[in-house]
Amino acid sequence: MAEYLDRSKDIGPYVPQEDDDRIVCRCEEITKGEIRQAVHMGLWTMTEVKRMLRCGMGLCQGQTCTKNIKRIIAAELQVSPAQLEEPTVRPPVRPVEMGVFGNEVESL
Amino acid sequence: MKRYDLIVIGAGPAGLSAAIEAAKCGMQVGVFDENARPGGQLFKQIHKFFGSKEHKAKIRGFQIGYELLEEAKKWQVDVHLNAVVMGIYEPLRITVTEEDYITSYAGDNIVIATGASENMVPYDGWTLPGVIGAGAAQTLMNLHGVLPGKRVLMVGSGNVGLVVSFQLLQAGCEVAAVIDAAPRIGGYGVHAAKVARTGVPFYLSHTIVKAEGNGKVEKVTIAQVDDHWQVVKGTEKELEVDTICMAVGLSPMSQLARLAGCQMKENGGLVPVCDAYGQTSLEGVFAAGDVAGIEEASSAMIGGKIAALGAAKRSGFLTEAEAEEKYKAYQASLMQLRRGMFSHENKGRTDLVKTDEGYPLSMSLLQKGYLDDAEVEQFPGVGTKKYIGIHPVIECTQNIPCNPCQDACHFGCIQVGNEITALPQVVQGSHCTNCGLCVASCSGQAIFLVDESSEPGFATITIPYEFLPLPQSGDKGMALDRGGAPLCEAEVVRVRTSPAFDHTALLTMRVPQEMSQKARFFRRREVVQ
Repeated sequence: MAEYLDRSKDIGPYVPQEDDDRIVCRCEEITKGEIRQAVHMGLWTMTEVKRMLRCGMGLCQGQTCTKNIKRIIAAELQVSPAQLEEPTVRPPVRPVEMGVFGNEVESL
Repeated sequence: MKRYDLIVIGAGPAGLSAAIEAAKCGMQVGVFDENARPGGQLFKQIHKFFGSKEHKAKIRGFQIGYELLEEAKKWQVDVHLNAVVMGIYEPLRITVTEEDYITSYAGDNIVIATGASENMVPYDGWTLPGVIGAGAAQTLMNLHGVLPGKRVLMVGSGNVGLVVSFQLLQAGCEVAAVIDAAPRIGGYGVHAAKVARTGVPFYLSHTIVKAEGNGKVEKVTIAQVDDHWQVVKGTEKELEVDTICMAVGLSPMSQLARLAGCQMKENGGLVPVCDAYGQTSLEGVFAAGDVAGIEEASSAMIGGKIAALGAAKRSGFLTEAEAEEKYKAYQASLMQLRRGMFSHENKGRTDLVKTDEGYPLSMSLLQKGYLDDAEVEQFPGVGTKKYIGIHPVIECTQNIPCNPCQDACHFGCIQVGNEITALPQVVQGSHCTNCGLCVASCSGQAIFLVDESSEPGFATITIPYEFLPLPQSGDKGMALDRGGAPLCEAEVVRVRTSPAFDHTALLTMRVPQEMSQKARFFRRREVVQ
C-alpha cells in the first residue's frame, strides 16, 4: 500500500529539463514535461495525473508507460516509485468497440 | 450463463498446463485467450528449452506448445480464442468479448494466467518506427516469417535479449551489438556465447543515448554509463542500424487480478499475493505464470499445474491428501528450476565469483559474452588432461538448471548428477563414440567434439550449427574463435543431420591442431569480408 503522501511537503519549483518534450505515453502523446508540470500543479497521485492528462488511458491502457510515468512522478516528489499507488483498474481492461459493448447476450 | 468448474484466463504455458491438470482431475475447464492462436509466447520460441526431462528439456518451445494443445484437446478442455476477458466480477464471474458479443461465464474457480508484457524505456527517438520489443521481433520472424530489419541493435542482455539476438542471426539479420546498462550479462552464459562466437560484440555498462533517422531508425548513439547509471561524456559511439530491439524486462499483466480485488505486492510490477497453491487473497481466484511473478515458461507450466491442484482440492475433485502428494512432486520439480546462479535470490547479484562447486566464474563470459581461452581448461567439462581420440568439450561453466547432456550420452561420458544445476563433467576413462547426441541435445549449444589425433598436425572440431543454408562437406572458410574473430582456415569434413538431433546440425571442421581449443564457429568463405 502506498504511504500517505504529505501534501504540505515542499518539492521545490518546476525546473525545465532537457528531455521535457520527450513523449512518455505514446497512445495519448503525453510528454515528460507535461507530467512533471502536473505534479507541480498539485497532482501527486498517478490517478490524478491520469485524469488530467489521459496518460495511460489510450489503446494500450497504460501497459507500456505506467512504470515510466510512475518513475517520473516519484522523482518529482522525491519518493521511491514503490510508494506510489498505481491508477485504479477499471473494466473493460482491454479496449472494446462501443457497438460490441452494448451487445450483451446471455450465452453464445 | 455458462458455468465451468474452472475458468482459465490465458492460454499460454501456465494457463494450458493448469487447464490440462484440472481436466485430468475431472474438472470441466474453459480457457479464454485474446489471441487467435493459443500457446502464448511458446510458438515464438524456436530454441530448445532448459531443465531436465520432466521439464521438457531439449524440446523446442513451439513443440511444447503443440504438445500442450494436443493434451488440452484430449482432455476436452474448451479453448475460447479471440475471447477477450474484459473484467472479473463477484462472485467468480468473467465478462468476455467474443465475436461481436459480450457474454459472461461463471466459474467455481478462476486461474489468472495472463502473462506479462515488455517494458520500454524512453530515450530520444524511442517513438521512431524501427524501435520494437524483442518479443515483437520474435512475432515478426517466427510467427509471420517477416524480417524485423536488416541491422539490429539489441538492448538488454537477459535471456530474452540473448535468445532473440540468436534468432535474428538465424533469420538472416545482422546484430550490430548487444548492449546492457548493467556491468554483467544478465542471461545464461551459454546463450551469450553462441551469439558472441558469430562475431556479435557485447557492450556492458552501456545505454542508448538517442535513436535518429528520417521517419525511421537509421542510426543509434550508445554510451558508457558510470556506477550511478549516468552517461560518461566522451564515450558515445554511433551505430548504423535500422532496428532497435528492446529487451529490458517484463511487467506482469495483472490488471484482472487487481480488478478482482486481489491483494497485491510489488515484484517487478504488481503481482497478487498468493499461497502455496497460487490462490490469491480471494477464495477461488488463483494466479499462475508470469502474472504471479516473472520467470520462464518451464516454471510457468509447473505453476499452472499447482494452481489447478489448488482449484481441484477446493472444489472436491481431489482430496486434501491427493492434492498434497501431487503438489509435493510439482514443487520439487519447480525447486530444481529455481536453483543455481540465475535463481530468484541470486538475480542481479554482481558479487558472485564462484560456481557452487567452487570454480571461479568466468568474468570474460559475464562481460564479453565468451570464455577466455585461458579460463576454459579449469572447468570440469573441459579439463586439462590430454585425450587420445575424440572427446566432448563442454563449455558449460555456470550453474544453470539443465541436464539433457547427461541423458544424451549412453556411454556414460557426461555426468551432471542429481542436482541439475551442477556443472557437467566429462567422466575420466569413458569412451566417446562420436555419436554427437550430446552436441545436439545441449540447449545452450555449449558442447563440442574435439579430436586432436585424427591426422598429424590437424584436429577436427564438431560444432552445433543452426543456420541455413547448411555448409557442405568440402566447403572452405574460416574458423572463428569464441569471440567471433577469424582464427584460421577451416574445411568442413562432415555435416550431420538426423531426426534425433532435432534440427541442430553437427558440423565437423578440420583446423590446424593448435586451434583445437580455440576454434568454435565456422564461417563459409563467401561471407568472409
